[in-house]
Amino acid sequence: MGRFHRHDDGNHHHDHQHPHHHDQSGVTDDHGDHSGYATQTERVVVLERIFAENDQTAAANRSDFDAVGLTSVNLMSSPGAGKTTLLRETLIRLGDTMRVGIIEGDIETSIDADRLAGLGAAISLINTANGFGGECHLDAPMVRSALPRLPLPELDLLLIENVGNLVCPAEFDVGAHASAMVYSVTEGEEKPLKYPVMFRSVDLVIVNKVDLIPHLDYDLSTFYSNLNAVNPGVAAIETSARTGIGIDQWCAWLTGLRSTAAAASGLG
Amino acid sequence: MHELSICSSMVGIVREHAAGRQVRTVHVRIGAMRQIVSDTLIYCWTLVTEESDLEGTELLVERVPAKIRCTNCGHEQVLEEPALICATCSARAVDLIEGDEFLITSLDLAGV
Repeated sequence: MGRFHRHDDGNHHHDHQHPHHHDQSGVTDDHGDHSGYATQTERVVVLERIFAENDQTAAANRSDFDAVGLTSVNLMSSPGAGKTTLLRETLIRLGDTMRVGIIEGDIETSIDADRLAGLGAAISLINTANGFGGECHLDAPMVRSALPRLPLPELDLLLIENVGNLVCPAEFDVGAHASAMVYSVTEGEEKPLKYPVMFRSVDLVIVNKVDLIPHLDYDLSTFYSNLNAVNPGVAAIETSARTGIGIDQWCAWLTGLRSTAAAASGLG
Repeated sequence: MHELSICSSMVGIVREHAAGRQVRTVHVRIGAMRQIVSDTLIYCWTLVTEESDLEGTELLVERVPAKIRCTNCGHEQVLEEPALICATCSARAVDLIEGDEFLITSLDLAGV
């Protein structure tokens, strides 16, 4: 390829036409050994983002969504925060006004996908234990593999229910237009400080299970103060998927996202 | 544990840049605002490279602290904890200027 050069004298010179081939700060020729023996090493500058490949696939997903005028949301949370119950309530309310698709990410089982069946949404299940090594998150290639099972041109909204986990999913762009997380008050007020990457990565925090607050030693204002420390000004909606509190507000947020995207793309 | 799949991506980048030459060390830079555990990454690297041409390759991790710049007063500071607030004027309008990095910075290749 001509990328690397042999230096018979053991010294390196910088090739200024190709400044990335050698470390500008000098080459690590085994600390003083410039004799040209085979023990020497040469430092090659790479400076390549490790998520670059995932992000390219994410961009391809996003562009496929844009091509058919579809708005997609990546929904994340810890296990048991109430994503699936929230989605059930969402489908019941949005059913008549929007055509919804769901990508259901789980390590094992179709339990969550089954819970969402029969509510009018097109569902594509990804079990990350099947060929994805039991991954604890969805990444862009996994989401891409789920797309052929969905009638994308017929959909208005695609909700991607990520694997329940507050760490890994936050690191992977899956190609969604927006990210939201379901946080439940039973998890404690300190979670934004413990999982800042997740809480920082989202456009909306759904504060779920607020109907349980009277039964808990829980201070909502402490939670908001922690949330604002890691993601200042992030939108939050208080919900109870069980009693229905706040679900309309969440559906309005989704509808608003859809209108904003449609206006931006010139679609109506 | 997303470090395992991350290491698989890293193998691809390393192979491309090594272009067939023997790799001795892979230098990685990880910002403090990344939820990636260095020890786990190094452990996964040994698993992923085992019995391959990259077996025995050392992974050296450089951690970069999170640094913010206040958009109100311009003050720059290194963060001890993930609280994005200006220590000088208490503004919450701050830019994260360092700490989001996650990249392979360089490779040490065996001489030819």
